[in-house]
Amino acid sequence: MEGAELAGKILSTWLTLVLGFILLPSVFGVSLGISEIYMKILVKTLEWATIRIEKGTPKESILKNSASVGIIQRDESPMEKGLSGLRGRDFELSDVFYFSKKGFEAIVEDEVTQRFSSEELVSWNLLTRTNVNFQYISLRLTMVWVLGVIVRYCVLLPLRVTLAFIGISLLVIGTTLVGQLPDSSLKNWLSELVHLTCCRICVRSLSGTIHYHNKQYRPQKGGICVANHTSPIDVLILTTDGCYAMVGQVHGGLMGIIQRAMVKACPHVWFERSEMKDRHLVTKRLKEHIADKKKLPILIFPEGTCINNTSVMMFKKGSFEIGGTIHPVAIKYNPQFGDAFWNSSKYNMVSYLLRMMTSWAIVCDVWYMPAMTREEGEDAVQFANRVKSAIAIQGGLTELPWDGGLKRAKVKDTLKEEQQKNYSKMIVGNGSLS
Amino acid sequence: MGSRSSHAVIPDADSIRRETGFSQASLLRLHHRFRALDRNKKGYLSRMDLQQIGALAVNPLGDRIIESFFPDGSQQVDFPGFVRVLAHFRPVEDEDTETQDPKKPEPLNSRRNKLHYAFQLYDLDRDGKISRHEMLQVLRLMVGVEVTEEQLENIADRTVQEADEDGDGAVSFVEFTKSLEKMDVEQKMSIRILK
Repeated sequence: MEGAELAGKILSTWLTLVLGFILLPSVFGVSLGISEIYMKILVKTLEWATIRIEKGTPKESILKNSASVGIIQRDESPMEKGLSGLRGRDFELSDVFYFSKKGFEAIVEDEVTQRFSSEELVSWNLLTRTNVNFQYISLRLTMVWVLGVIVRYCVLLPLRVTLAFIGISLLVIGTTLVGQLPDSSLKNWLSELVHLTCCRICVRSLSGTIHYHNKQYRPQKGGICVANHTSPIDVLILTTDGCYAMVGQVHGGLMGIIQRAMVKACPHVWFERSEMKDRHLVTKRLKEHIADKKKLPILIFPEGTCINNTSVMMFKKGSFEIGGTIHPVAIKYNPQFGDAFWNSSKYNMVSYLLRMMTSWAIVCDVWYMPAMTREEGEDAVQFANRVKSAIAIQGGLTELPWDGGLKRAKVKDTLKEEQQKNYSKMIVGNGSLS
Repeated sequence: MGSRSSHAVIPDADSIRRETGFSQASLLRLHHRFRALDRNKKGYLSRMDLQQIGALAVNPLGDRIIESFFPDGSQQVDFPGFVRVLAHFRPVEDEDTETQDPKKPEPLNSRRNKLHYAFQLYDLDRDGKISRHEMLQVLRLMVGVEVTEEQLENIADRTVQEADEDGDGAVSFVEFTKSLEKMDVEQKMSIRILK
């Protein structure tokens, strides 16, 4: 049938093009410059759109970007000043004022809640999903937006889905094949090649543009790589530039297949769900892994959950108790081209991936940082905070002491107890009462 | 298409403004905040939504403050109710003290109403008096486990004694107001929203 023939021809040309322009260069780690051209066009278009929007918006309705600017005048004086007392003064009826005022300040504005929703953009980037504050401007802008939708959904999306499919299948097949070989340096070399190629293909399936800085500090074997967490794509971004041993739970389904295949080619550390609860077991296995200097560096995200890439939250101390050298890495996404944050309470994995594939691109910077080790007299928590500060400064993110787990669970009572302790010291003083 | 403005229209904005005295800009910001706290887009807030605010959950009086949003046993607070409680913390401005129209109800952020809000943090059973027992309860909330029962009772006794004028062993609202007449309540119980 003519129709079927035509369709067959189109499909085969399509596949050859894909093979030639994208897959082969991935194997050799070479770029043909197509994505650079795409990015240039994209940047020019977005600049034009920004100018149009700024010209068109009436001044009064511009609501300042409230994500990072405080909206209330804060009195940050410590508890002693706020309670208008000196140490060791007695309880006053008015003490409730201080606590209630602090409580209301938190209700009107708090640092944490805004970190679990996507960052607001200063100017619209022609994606409906980031359209929060912007109003109708002109017909031309609308036409460009419609064109954008067509390009993204009808041209880019099929291409990206094809690439992702090819990438994952190659990964599974490749690692299974390599796993058949006996342990040797050839096997390691081949497994690296397979990993890198497939990761590059997957990154291209998201139109990812990644800039690596300070490659001389890239994590070495026998170390632990630590990074801030924004989305599952972080893993992809880091593994495109080097091979790591992953740590995590064994999943079912597609993830499980990928995990089982990967572990055949090179040793990753996958835990059963029950084993994750036993912290000693986890620490022991990780220690064994890094003790073997030939094994790849472990990749860990100490925040434990995805944060929206404007800040770094508390680093859990578990990763810092293992010992060994820590190689910090800071990852910062550029939200103008696509929002990489995975809000796991809002979107499941599949809808998240679809959103990723229908964004313009994923643009990010990765900074490798000099290795750090625990110093004398520093405990795991202090060390964790030191590494966290370093990553926050490098990536231009703010630092927060809060636990990322806040988005799911109630805050720990220990933090409340601290406040209570401070207050008690004030009114009870040195243990003497009138 | 183009872009739709995403400021959801605030229902009854005018009557809320009259009642609370917030400016249109402040009201918009608070509405934005209300929608941010309302994670599941229900249109109202439940206790859990407020408990998820980290800085509020670690506040020793956090639970009492949250309770004040749900008077009379209700389980939800809508935007007007939310703003009505927040209005207590609006800074006192000159225009509030000028229009002393005796027929109009007192503005929510008057000194008296601010004091009344603080009074209600103590007076759980709403009987108009802070008993020794209620004083103890609030004290216990603020000090946690750090202070012994005996010390706490001493403090409670002393405080009630100092404020109690008619000798009924409890602090009424009038006595409460009197003992705090020198306190700069307007400044201590105010949060200024930046334009």
